[in-house]
Amino acid sequence: MAMDAATIERLIKESISDAQVTIEDLRGDGDHYAAHVISAAFVGKSRVQQHQMVYAALRGRMGNELHALALQTGVP
Amino acid sequence: MNTMTDSPVFERIRQDITDNAVVLYMKGTPIFPQCGFSAAVVQILTHLGVKFKGIDILQDPALRQGIKEFSSWPTIPQLYVKGEFVGGCDIVREMFETGELGETLAASGIEVRR
Repeated sequence: MAMDAATIERLIKESISDAQVTIEDLRGDGDHYAAHVISAAFVGKSRVQQHQMVYAALRGRMGNELHALALQTGVP
Repeated sequence: MNTMTDSPVFERIRQDITDNAVVLYMKGTPIFPQCGFSAAVVQILTHLGVKFKGIDILQDPALRQGIKEFSSWPTIPQLYVKGEFVGGCDIVREMFETGELGETLAASGIEVRR
C-alpha cells in the first residue's frame, strides 16, 4: 500500500485551504516523500503544532500507508 | 476501564521522561538503530555530546502505540527534553541545523558539546 503525491497534496489542501504544497517523491516507491507546506494557518504555531496540523490533514495515513514524509512547514 | 490519561503505558512514559532529562523513543538502540530516522537523531545527539536514554519501541508494542497517543504524534523517533516533546526526525534535524537544538538543550541545563 502506498500513496501518490496528488492524494497527499489534495488531503492537505482539503484541511488547510490556503496551503501551498510542494511534494517530492524521494525514492519513487510511493512511500518516501518530502513535502514543503506553507500556510497562513501556521502563524503563531510551534513547529510541532504545524506538523501535527499536516498529519491531521492526512487523516491517520502518516505512519501507516505513508511510511515516511520528510516535512517542512512555514508561513507565507 | 481506566481512561486514556492514566493508562499504565502513559504512566510509564511519564515516569521515563521525568526521570531522564533527554529521552529518545526510537526503533532499535543507540548502538544498533533499526531505522534511518532514529539513527539520524542518535547521530545528532551524539554529535552534540548529549547523554540520553534510548528506548526501543520495537521491544514493546504497547509502548509503540502508546507513545503516539501520548504525544499525538504518528511516527517514531520521538525526542523528549525535560519531559517536553521536542519533535521527530524532521524537527530535530531542522533545529540542529539552525543551532536551536543546542540552545534549547543548554537552556534546559543539559550539557552540550560546542
